[in-house]
Parts: sequence; structure tokens; C-alpha cells
Amino acid sequence: MEIVLAILVGCLFAISAYLLLSSSLIRLILGVFVLGNATHLMIFVLGRLTRENPPLIEYGLKVAEPGIANPLPQALILTAIVISFSLFAFLLVLSYRAYQSLGTINTDEMRVAEPEPTGTLLRGRDV
Amino acid sequence: MLAATLAPFVLAVFAPFVRRRVGDSAGWALAVLPAALFIYFAQFLGPVASGETFIFSTEWVPALGIALSFYVDGLSLLFALLITFIGTFIVLYAGAYLKGHADLGRFFMFVLMFMGSMLGLVLADNVVTLFVFWELTSITSFLLIGFNHDKARSRRAALQALVVTGGGGLALLAGLLLMAQVGGSMELSTLLADGDVLREHPWYLAILVLVLAGAFTKSAQVPFHFWLPNAMEAPTPVSAYLHSATMVKAGVYLLARMNPGLGGTDIWQIILMSFGGATLLTGAILALRNTDLKLMLAQTTVASLGLLVFLIGIGEPLAIQAAMAYLFAHSMFKGALFMVAGSIDHGTGTRDVRRLSGLGRVMPFTAAAAGLAALSMSGLPPFFGFIAKEWVYKGTLDGSLPLLLTAVAITGNALMFAVAFLVGFKPFFGKPGDTPHKPHEGSVGLWIGALTLAALSLIFGLFSGLAETFFIGPAAVAVAGVPMVVDLYLWGGFKAPVVASIITVALGAFFFWQGARLSAFLARVVDALWGPDKGYDQFMDGLIGLARAVTNLFQTGHLRRYMLFTFLTLAAVLVLPQVMLGNGFVVKAPPIDLLVWAIGLLAFVGALAIPFTRSRLAAIMLMGVLGLSVAFVFLLFGAPDLAFTQLMVETLSVVILALVLARLPVFGTDWRGYPRFVRDALIAGAIGIAMATLLVSITSVPLDLTLSEFFSARSYTEAYGRNIVNVILVDFRALDTLGEIAVVAVAGVAVLCLLAFRHIDHDSEDKPEASS
Repeated sequence: MEIVLAILVGCLFAISAYLLLSSSLIRLILGVFVLGNATHLMIFVLGRLTRENPPLIEYGLKVAEPGIANPLPQALILTAIVISFSLFAFLLVLSYRAYQSLGTINTDEMRVAEPEPTGTLLRGRDV
Repeated sequence: MLAATLAPFVLAVFAPFVRRRVGDSAGWALAVLPAALFIYFAQFLGPVASGETFIFSTEWVPALGIALSFYVDGLSLLFALLITFIGTFIVLYAGAYLKGHADLGRFFMFVLMFMGSMLGLVLADNVVTLFVFWELTSITSFLLIGFNHDKARSRRAALQALVVTGGGGLALLAGLLLMAQVGGSMELSTLLADGDVLREHPWYLAILVLVLAGAFTKSAQVPFHFWLPNAMEAPTPVSAYLHSATMVKAGVYLLARMNPGLGGTDIWQIILMSFGGATLLTGAILALRNTDLKLMLAQTTVASLGLLVFLIGIGEPLAIQAAMAYLFAHSMFKGALFMVAGSIDHGTGTRDVRRLSGLGRVMPFTAAAAGLAALSMSGLPPFFGFIAKEWVYKGTLDGSLPLLLTAVAITGNALMFAVAFLVGFKPFFGKPGDTPHKPHEGSVGLWIGALTLAALSLIFGLFSGLAETFFIGPAAVAVAGVPMVVDLYLWGGFKAPVVASIITVALGAFFFWQGARLSAFLARVVDALWGPDKGYDQFMDGLIGLARAVTNLFQTGHLRRYMLFTFLTLAAVLVLPQVMLGNGFVVKAPPIDLLVWAIGLLAFVGALAIPFTRSRLAAIMLMGVLGLSVAFVFLLFGAPDLAFTQLMVETLSVVILALVLARLPVFGTDWRGYPRFVRDALIAGAIGIAMATLLVSITSVPLDLTLSEFFSARSYTEAYGRNIVNVILVDFRALDTLGEIAVVAVAGVAVLCLLAFRHIDHDSEDKPEASS
């Protein structure tokens, strides 16, 4: 079963990489979103797949019965989901504010931190 | 021994305070240390002359076989005595030469640090210790050459010396470590005792080239000879110390030290003789081309270093003796002559040999020192320089191509003869010349050192047995690695070496007579040629240009270019190892599970449509599709907690996305044009395929479930929770969860700030941009 999800993970990584190579800030953020989901699924598959048997200990038992799903990747992914949501929300608001300040969502036109080289300053011999 | 080596460093720290306390006579106070060290080392003379050697070792990094170990034999003792003896007079000389200079204290500090480094270098037995002190001499010489740091020429010369000798130092480190690897010891005394192990090892050539790169850069051999004349930007005490007797001889010392281990092979002889010979002639010709006293002396130093390398290359017992005798003679007369050049500069304000004459009457002590040293340098009897030159000819006549070798040595020596007379006699005779200052003799400190060294040239010439027993003999035995009979004498009958000496004097007198004309002619020829000094500039410009080109290539200021390079690297890292090593996965046909296939397909289609949609509503919906499909996958495979979290987070994400997208005016198409589309798609495709194959190959090997079983077994028994995932999060890995909550909180605060403080932005827009 893993191979089906592995192919899906590969496709999601490819799509997110393509989106991240865009010069539109919004596509970039969508790329981050897809990348997050691809990563969560990858960790999930790495922990191996078990159908419909959640990692719970039934009443009356002290130790889980064999055959439950691997709990460790689930715990990791749970943390990751929440963090990637925080990042996603922050990036969205940040790009909204960037648009408000700079009037563009094209990353090629955002040159405040790294202005176009102005000849003498960057190409001079003594820099 | 360790204390003796470290003492100059300790005193160096206090030197500026001594200067401040004692004033300009601080030189006399500080010279006590090198004088005391000289006496300390002189105690070894007797035992070493009778064939004893000493090893002093202190642990440093025992786990790596690195020790602060020092080795005293004839060779290291000769160098240690020269360093401390000349060092004593240099400190005195510097005190007089730089009298009243604001940074005299700092100068003393650098000189003393250099002295300690140089002592450590020549005494070191452990290869790492040797390298550390080797690099320390490079660094301290950088500081000394750049002492007049307000002059651009000084800075360039200092940097050049550091780049050349430092680069060679790195090669030397590699060579020394290879040697240690091959010989199975870090101690030179052990390594060199059994040289055949090194010589017969397949790495011999690599070791040789690396060690020679270190020695040749340090000792200014062609084609690295250019840094030494440039280093004359340093104050004259530095030139007299570093560039006559000590630092530039470090390379010669290294070759002499390595001779028992690496020497004696054909390739060793060929390389050393050809580079040494070329350096001898180049230096001697360039010396005559110059008219500045210090530059002339610097170029003859290059020539002398070439001669020393040349002699070590010949490798016959007489040549080794000649090398040690010449080294000894050279340290005395060249040190004296550099100090004389400084005194003349100090007394008259110029160093141009064409403007200097008739100084003998006003500067009697300097003139006496200059005359004696010049006679020794020109190799006339009864000076020690004569004995050294006789032995040079004995050595060359003993080599494999006696006539050629002797001819090279005669030419070089004759040129140096002419320079010796130009420097040592010309300024002091004739009518008084036209100089910027009215000439006057300097204080005692300015001439005492030169006069002592020059007088010693005469004394050791007359009493050659002294030099033979205590200095040349033990050193030559240490270099050769085998016992030999050393018998130095002034007059050995009318034989071939004497004939060679007569030819040298005759040729030298001719060069001196034609000096001015030759100099002008050589100046025209040499200046028109491309030299390594220009090459150095071109190399440095090229290096900076390359750095700029690389920076401009990567740091374009375009986010998508940064992304491009990141993903290209990622693709390479993912794809190449799998292609080269194979990924070893076995494809098992998956069971037909329609539900999983359907959900997978849904997620895929939802994601695939995102790059192509032009409508923001569609984008929001597609994201929802992807998020829900992933939640379904979690649900199907036994992770209900994940599914619930995913559902909630998806809902929130879509809400926020909708809010933000509604406020952004444009969404439009993401079409990038065909070339970019193809390129980006190829990179993305490579990453996707590599990720998928990687994942398949990982999942086709068994999983180590130790941790998961640990948590399953203890979840209820120790933490009293039945939901293992939750127990992991809030109990076993509670700190992780705390960190996660902190991230959410920080993100929330940041979002709030971004939205709440938008008015600040309008103020900052008026401010000028910080330039980067």
C-alpha cells in the first residue's frame, strides 16, 4: 500500500516545488501549504501503514494489543501540522502587509532589502 | 626549553608597558631577554659539539599524538643561537632606529613575538608544533612588514607576504601530516631516523612537493621570490632580522632538517638544484638592477637563499658543510649590512646608492662595520665569507655536473661581489654626496650590532676552528644525518676552489666597475618583462573578480533565483546518490484498494490544479480538497487524532486564506513562458520522482520499532493514558509540545503586530534606506 501513497507524496513535492519557483507571492504561499501536506504524508508513510487500527489501549488492558498503527509518527505529525499552520497563517498576513506597503505581490519587484546593483557601489574595485 | 620558547611571548605582552615606563631606552631593558636566552642556548654548545642531542617534551593533545616537543641538535642549536644573538642587537638597534616613534612599544611586542615563533620553529620536534610556530612566524612577519600601516604599499607588501608564505604553510601542513601518516610518528626525530620508509613510500612525491612548496615560499625561491623585496617596506630592523638571518631562512632550515628523511633522491636533487640555481641568478641580477640599498640587499638575500637551496640539493658532504658555513657567514654579514643601510638612511635621509658618497669621515663606526661585512660578503680572505665561498666551490665541484654547477655559483657570487662593494664601500668614499639631511653618525645602538656582527665575520675567519667545532660541524652532521669529518681552513693550497675564487673576484670587479651602466641596462630590461609580482596582482584581482562573479550569480536579489538554486541543489542531492549507488527498492504490486486509490487521486488532482487555476475561489477550494483528502488518508490508516486536527486546521487555513485573498487585487495566471515552464517543471519533476523512489526504497526495508514499542508498553503503565499518541504529546514529549505551543503563540503575536501597527509603516517609508 505504501507505494500508492509514495507516488502521491512525490507528486505533491513536485507540485509544491513548481509553486515555490513562482514569482507570485500568493503561489509561493500555496506552495508552502502543499509542501507541508506532502511532508506530513511522507512522515506518515515512513512509519508504515496500518488500516483502521488506531494506537489506543483498550479498557481492561495495560498494554496495547499488537497490530496497532505506529503512534510515534502520528505524534510528530500532530506537532508538525500545528506548526505549519502557524507558519502558513503568518506568511499569509505577512504577504498581505507586504502588498499594502509595496503595492505588489511579485517577488521580482520587491527590492527594498536587496536593491538593484547601482554600478559603482557593488562593482567597484575596493568593495 | 618550553619556558625558553615561550618567554619572548610573555615579555612581548609587557613590552608596551616597559616602553611607557622606561621611555626610549626600553631597547636596552628588553634586550636582556634575548641575551639571557643566548646564554641559555650557549650552554648546549659543548654537549652538542660532542655529539649529544636533547629532546624536551610536554604533553599537549596526547589523544592525537601532538606534543610540545623540542629537539636540540647541531642544526637547531645553530639557528637558536643566531636568532637570540642577532635578536639581542636587533632589539637594541630598533630602540635607536625608531627612537621617539609613537608605536615603538608595539614594535617591540611584534619583534619579541616573532623571536619566540622563530625559536619554536627551529626547535620543534613534533610536526604539529613545527607547523604552529611556522604559521606564527608568517603572522608576526605580516604584523612587522605592515608596521607602517598607514602606507598602502606597506599594507600590500604585508598581505602579499602573508598570502604567499601562508599558502605555502598550508601545503607544508598537508606534507607534514602525510609524513606522519607514512612514518607512523609525529616526532621529526623519529621520522627522520629512518628516511628510507619515507623515500620508498608511494606518497613520497606528494610529500616532497608539499614540503617544498612550504619551504620555497618561505625562503623566497623562484617563482615566489617577489614578496621578499616588497617586504622591504618594513622598518629596517625588521629587514635586518627577518629578511637576513631568520624568517627567510626558515625554508632553508626546513630543507636542511628534512634532508635525512626526504633528501638524496634524484628528484630532490633536480628540483632543489634547478630552483636554487635559478633563484641565485635571478636574485643576483635583480640586486644589480636596483639602486636602493635595502632593495639591493634584499635581492642578494634572495640570491643567497637560492645558493643555500642549491647546495642542499647537491647533497654531498662538502656541499652540506658549505651550506651551513655560508648560512653562518650570511647571517652575520647580511644582518650587519642591513643595519648599516638603516643607519645610512637614518643619518642621511636617503638609501639611493647613486646619491651616497664620502660618508666615511662622518660615520666612522658605520663605515667600519660596512667595510668588514662587505669584505666578508664578497668572499675575500681572511673573512669567514671567504671560507664559506671556498666550501661552496668545493661542494659544486663535488656534485654531479661540476662545471655547470660551479659556473652558476661563480656568476652568482661575482654579481654579489659587485653588490657588496656598491653597498659596503661606495657610500663611504669619494666626495660628500648630495643628501637630504646633513650626514651624521647615529647613537651607539645604531652601530653596535652591525659592528659586532661584522667583526665576528673576521674573527671566525681567523679562528675557523671555533666555528668548525661548535657551529658548522655539528650542524652539518645533523643535516647529513650521518657522521662526517669537518675541517674548515683559510688556505688549503692553490687548488680548483681558489681558481674559482680568483675568477669570481675578477668578474665581480668588472661588474662593480660597470655597475651603473649594468644597473641602468638591467632596469630597462627587467621592468619591461612580466614578473611574478605583476602576476600576484593579476591573481588577486582574478580572485576578487571570481568572488564577485559568484556573488553576482547567486545573490541577484531575486527570490525565485534563490529558490532555483536551493531546489537545484536539493534535486542533485536527492537524485545523484540514488543514481550512483542505486536505491535498491523492490516494487510490490499494491493491493487493489479502491478507497485508497480514489482518495489519492482526489488529493493529486486537487493539488495539480493549484498551479493552473486563475480564480482565487478555485484556489481556495482546491486547497480544501487537498487538505480534506489528506485528512481522509489519516483516518483510513488508523490516525483519528491526526484527521481531526487536520480537519480543523484546514478549515481555519481556508478561512484565513479567503480573508487575505479577498483583499489582494490580483491573482491572475501563473504562466511563466515556455523556457521557464520547462525548466521549473523539470526541476520539480526530478524532486518529485526522487522523493517517491526514496520513500519506496526506505519503506521496503524493515523499520526499527524500538521507540514505538517503548511508548506503547509504558503509555498506560507509567503515564496512565490509553491514547498513546496523546500520551506521547503531553507526557513523554511534553517539552516538544510546549515548544509547539510557543511557536503558535509567537506566530499569533506576530500576525497581530503586522495587522495592528500598520501606521508605523508610513513613517518609515520617508526614511532613507539603510545602505547594505
